[in-house]
Amino acid sequence: MPLAIVALILGGLVVVVLLWVAGAYNGLIRLRNQVENAWAQIDVQLKRRYDLIPNLVETVKGYAKHERETFERVTQARNMAMNAKGVAERAQAENVLTGALKSLFAVAEAYPELKANQNFLALQEELTSTENKIAFSRQFYNDSTMSYNTQTETFPTNFIANTFGFTRREFFEAKAETERAAPKVSF
Amino acid sequence: MWEQIQANRRRSLVLITGMAVVLVVLGYSAGAALFPGGGGIIGLGVALIIWGVQMAVYLTNAESLLLTGAFARELQRADCPRLFNIVEEMKLASGLPFLPRIHLIDDPAPNAFAIGSKPGNSAICVTTGLLHRLNRDELQGVIGHEIGHLKNDDVKFMTLAAVMLGSIVILSEIVWRTMRFGGRGRSRSDSRGGGQLQLILLVVALVFAILGPLMAQLLYFACSRKREYLADASCAQFTRYPEGLASALAKISQAGVPLSFASKATAAMFIVNPLPAASDEPTGLFATHPPTSERIRILRGMAGASLADYEAAYKRAHGGALIGPVSLQSAPTQSIRAPSDEGPIETRRDTKDLNYRARGYLRLRCNCGLEISVPEGYEQNSIRCIRCGSVLPIPAAQPAPSAAAPTTPLHYTRTGHSWESFRCACGRTVQISPAFAAPQVKCNGCGRMITIHQPT
Repeated sequence: MPLAIVALILGGLVVVVLLWVAGAYNGLIRLRNQVENAWAQIDVQLKRRYDLIPNLVETVKGYAKHERETFERVTQARNMAMNAKGVAERAQAENVLTGALKSLFAVAEAYPELKANQNFLALQEELTSTENKIAFSRQFYNDSTMSYNTQTETFPTNFIANTFGFTRREFFEAKAETERAAPKVSF
Repeated sequence: MWEQIQANRRRSLVLITGMAVVLVVLGYSAGAALFPGGGGIIGLGVALIIWGVQMAVYLTNAESLLLTGAFARELQRADCPRLFNIVEEMKLASGLPFLPRIHLIDDPAPNAFAIGSKPGNSAICVTTGLLHRLNRDELQGVIGHEIGHLKNDDVKFMTLAAVMLGSIVILSEIVWRTMRFGGRGRSRSDSRGGGQLQLILLVVALVFAILGPLMAQLLYFACSRKREYLADASCAQFTRYPEGLASALAKISQAGVPLSFASKATAAMFIVNPLPAASDEPTGLFATHPPTSERIRILRGMAGASLADYEAAYKRAHGGALIGPVSLQSAPTQSIRAPSDEGPIETRRDTKDLNYRARGYLRLRCNCGLEISVPEGYEQNSIRCIRCGSVLPIPAAQPAPSAAAPTTPLHYTRTGHSWESFRCACGRTVQISPAFAAPQVKCNGCGRMITIHQPT
């Protein structure tokens, strides 16, 4: 009789542990999907920026022919960012591109006719907002990565994470806090 | 952050269950007390029917009813790209899986609200008064607050709670009236045969009929206020800029224009209580919103932009805990970003034009300089200028000269590079934005594609 009770208790314990493992595993999967989805969102916005840049350069060229150096810098930065591999290198290249775009908008400041162009204004709004969207999706990616990493490294979920191969994710860091604070182009 | 939503959900479930218990007990005890012998089941049935009817009304597209009642018009991306961009930015910052639709209400009172909880029916409404008063950061704060409501599942929860509250109020009203008018006849018929159980049930029914609605209302309003604080906290976290929302709230509460279509039933939805009497009301137990001044004080007292910073500021201004330590553990620290230096989203004039476009008005400019707005549904092909008297043709898409089929492709040639409107063959107005560059435009009325020729 006592043997049966012991067996029952042990069986119950096993069931509880299995349930907890399943719950923890699903929680980790949910967090990892969220991180991956957040990364995809950043990618969408970065691609959108690459698509907008040639249009912008063409529009500005029509009014400001003598600023070849600035155009080249923007185009070069865009190509470098498009070919960057890995999270850290990508973040670095994107920061360079943000800086190059800033100088392009600064150049546009000197051409009043350009600033009155509807097409330029629409492009400017799109690019400014794309910069914001990159910043916000990066923010969400970093928040998600933070909670994912915390889950994989803290007791007791770290056992599950190690067993099933949930590895730590990199943050998408901006170079300096100031740059992250004001990524937008101002007018 | 995400744990907080789960904690919220758990608390909400407790509250809804509590209200359901009140409803059931009230129905059963009142039925049993008033109609001895099987009356309890009848009472229960009545309670459930009242609840079911109200729930059904809410489930069958209450969103579109509400939007129609508020004369809201859906905006298209081309109408106001900056507003759309701000909503998209906040969607990305919050990780909300869908983009809510955006509606415009023509009202000088600055206000906003979010409705719906599913991807298809959720919408954010803003008034024209809001758009020309707020700059980009402030509007971002308002949209962040509304997205916070959607993200925290507030809309779903408050709807459920409102249905429960309504059912309890109606049922207790019924019980009250039955006891007053039906009770006399009953007491004569069963002369002292009721027994003790009957008396107990009667007392329970009475207590629940008096206290039930009161307690339910107190709970409902307390929840509503708490959710406003939480949406503020979420907004600060999304935007990383609490000052944006703080200064928007200050502007909204100082505008002093009451919203024309708001009523007591809808007041809880808005970002700031839209009723004229509510603005100077102190922290009332029956208030839908916390006092705006206190919300501003908390937002301005934040040292960073994280939930923990909001919690700290809340403790300082108000005392007590809001979010709770469990969900704060995993919240990372976040610093506040620098303000953007962009001015108002739209000028008053832009907002007026935006509203006309959303409502399908044709805009014509007469040679004398007068701008004429022609409402949709005007059927003549020309209109007389009221200032100079010259007759202006209504611009319309023309069928291609050689085509003869019944659904001939339509053509329209632009006259310039500003906003332009013309009439489709189906009668609907089509608007073209200055940045429009595609070869074709789709008519919102009949869905056909109209070829656009750029000016030469």
